[in-house]
Amino acid sequence: MPNPPTARTSLTLASTLATVDRVEQEAEAFATHFGFDEDEVSNIAMAVREATVNAVVHGNGYSGSKEIVVVFEATETDLLFRVADQGSGFDPTAIPDPLSPENILRGSGRGVFLMRAFMDGVDFRQLSPGTELTLTKHRIAAGADA
Amino acid sequence: MSIKVSTRQVDGVTILDLSGRITLGEGSVTLRDAIRELLAKGDKNILLNLGDVSYIDSSGIGELVSAFTSVKNAGGELKLLNLTKKVHDLLQITKLYTVFDVKDDETSAVGSFTR
Repeated sequence: MPNPPTARTSLTLASTLATVDRVEQEAEAFATHFGFDEDEVSNIAMAVREATVNAVVHGNGYSGSKEIVVVFEATETDLLFRVADQGSGFDPTAIPDPLSPENILRGSGRGVFLMRAFMDGVDFRQLSPGTELTLTKHRIAAGADA
Repeated sequence: MSIKVSTRQVDGVTILDLSGRITLGEGSVTLRDAIRELLAKGDKNILLNLGDVSYIDSSGIGELVSAFTSVKNAGGELKLLNLTKKVHDLLQITKLYTVFDVKDDETSAVGSFTR
């Protein structure tokens, strides 16, 4: 069986809500191109949207002088979506559990939870300055014949 | 891309028919403003018809939760009607499905409010 095609695309974008919508649409097209079904595409696009919201809103604070860098990459085994901001950093261990009774009625704080629900990997890396978030989705299900 | 809201009254219940996307920005703000206006007028029995809501993100989920608590704190009730599969699944994942009173029939939903 031939190896699936690989690809890499990169975007540098302003810290705006229009960027959030753009990145979501790009992620949707990328996942569709690599053969994910409609439900999976929707979930991947939502996870990437949430990552971009974090970068634009919490990382860069909508700053006109800060950009976000988005890299989509298809390897033989995974789709990788990297979203980097230029903010002051982010501690993923400090996120309250949105499912706990004391947090269930909070009006925010579910973005990273949804990313983890929909993707196979959610990894944070501190930059100087900023944060890079990498979302991973396996192209080949674990245990499937190659 | 964003949300549209139309309002109607049925037997003392205010039904908001929502269509489009409830997402960060305009969609969330539109919903927040609509709820705020209803509460300011004293309309506290609110049924959100989400049948034509195609998409909702974490900000939109947060807005639904905030609407729920705002109405409850004002002494009213907020219920959800006609969830799409996508919204239903999101509320299940976030364990909010049992927090909200979710209905799938408008007549019985209207009749379920305490008056």
